[in-house]
Amino acid sequence: MQALEFKDVFFCYSEDAAFKIEHLNFSVEEGEFVAVLGHNGSGKSTLARLSNGLLEADAGEISVFGTLLGGKKLYEIRKQVGVVFQNPDNQTVASMVEDDVAFGAENVGLPRKEIGERIDFALKAVGMEEYRNATVSRLSGGQKQRVAIAGVLALKPKIMILDESTAMLDPRGRKEIIDVVQRLNREEKITVLLITHFPEEALLADRAVVMSQGKIVMEGKPSEIFERHEELLTYQLDLPRIGKICKKLQAGGMNVSDTLDEERLTEEIAQCVLRQSI
Amino acid sequence: MKDVAFGQYYPVESFVHRLDPRLKLVFLIAYIVAIFLADSFCGLAVCAGALILIIAFARVPLRKILRSVRGILFLVVFTAVLNVLFYTGDTVWADWWIFTITKEGVIFSARLILRLILLVMCSCMLTYTTTPVALTDGIESLLTPLKWIRFPVHELALIMSIALRFIPILMDETERIKNAQKARGADFESGGLVKKVRAIIPILIPLLLSAFRRADELGDAMDARCYTGGKHRTKYKKLRFSWRDLIAFFLIAAVMTGVVLLRVYGWAPL
Repeated sequence: MQALEFKDVFFCYSEDAAFKIEHLNFSVEEGEFVAVLGHNGSGKSTLARLSNGLLEADAGEISVFGTLLGGKKLYEIRKQVGVVFQNPDNQTVASMVEDDVAFGAENVGLPRKEIGERIDFALKAVGMEEYRNATVSRLSGGQKQRVAIAGVLALKPKIMILDESTAMLDPRGRKEIIDVVQRLNREEKITVLLITHFPEEALLADRAVVMSQGKIVMEGKPSEIFERHEELLTYQLDLPRIGKICKKLQAGGMNVSDTLDEERLTEEIAQCVLRQSI
Repeated sequence: MKDVAFGQYYPVESFVHRLDPRLKLVFLIAYIVAIFLADSFCGLAVCAGALILIIAFARVPLRKILRSVRGILFLVVFTAVLNVLFYTGDTVWADWWIFTITKEGVIFSARLILRLILLVMCSCMLTYTTTPVALTDGIESLLTPLKWIRFPVHELALIMSIALRFIPILMDETERIKNAQKARGADFESGGLVKKVRAIIPILIPLLLSAFRRADELGDAMDARCYTGGKHRTKYKKLRFSWRDLIAFFLIAAVMTGVVLLRVYGWAPL
């Protein structure tokens, strides 16, 4: 089943705006982990906002699990499509972790007992159960963002969209978030749409989509996409770090193959060094 | 509830801290009424006694409480002096130019001082022992009856709690903008009052802009989490009345009756 489907979608912010989305066709399978890569202004955040009705398409159809987006169903769909935004400070409503996680569940009118259970579940899923009574403003960036994920999880969504949720974090915070997202995808079977401009994060996805100027320009397995290095560069994107190291080593005359796997690269470098020293 | 960095809240565990915020709010209102109903030193002594009891059970250092009075000291002294000098009474103690000091004037001023000090101390006890979040919850709960006349109680409470939530964020931001402007050569220290006030503008404008941007993003995040206003919404945290609140309730009742009885039967040696 298609968790999310865009059919011939049109969208522009204003009539004379340079940025436009035209004839956008895109879909995500249930349980899939899709990464959307793109440079600033490529339309990847617009994609996220269209997916849960924060923005309305000018033409075309957007559906979530077969239900067309719009009108009275918007509310029901938002329960299924959770969005985690970029800035952790601007998406927490309450001062305390527990209250903030409860916010979404309170909004849909769940009974108190169930809200309590959902807070337990959500905080455990993001590994923040010890911080239940902490003040949000005292947490680190990665922890705040994990609380934001928990707040979305408390609504038990089927799809989770991360709209550059790692962009403002340090490497450690980024890793925390990506680990949580991967685990949610595997264990809770949540469909994930990860919007990012870090190539490393796309590597973990089942499928990667590259956007540029409102269009999907590349699509496929992450490894396949990164093989098309020259093409990626034209969209102002680059390889993951390991891939870049490979290219540098090759340019320097070392005989290593193109890989994105750190261990494999280490192995090959070791072999090259051994061969030369013998 | 310990971890609130701003406001006056003094984070310790005590009997008073654990009281229901609604009860504390009602207590404060009743207490203020009692202070102004009391028309004798005896009545005021009853009020003072209640406050001493509260302070004794709140585990807030006395030094901190007294410091709260210092802020209004000037106002208290000023009004007291004026009252002493201009109050018209029968028993004249001293008379000079347009000033007359009467016995009644001195007594009146003394009561006034006492009232103001009790008032400030009791209000401060509320903010010392209650977190801003709990206060907001309490106010929301107390205002609930106003929903009948379509007053947006839930929205008001949400606005208050979001404002509280963004205080530390905006304070950080102010500091950041200030440093950024300093790095660009802005001068906040020197010059007269006008120059100093003017120097605030380059802090204020970016701060406002950023606050609007944040509000916009927060609105989106709330929409995405199915927020549609107060209707059909449940509340996870419920305020609960406990045995402590019952005891505190009897204290208010006792103070009120004491004050009213003293006023009606007029047993007032002073």
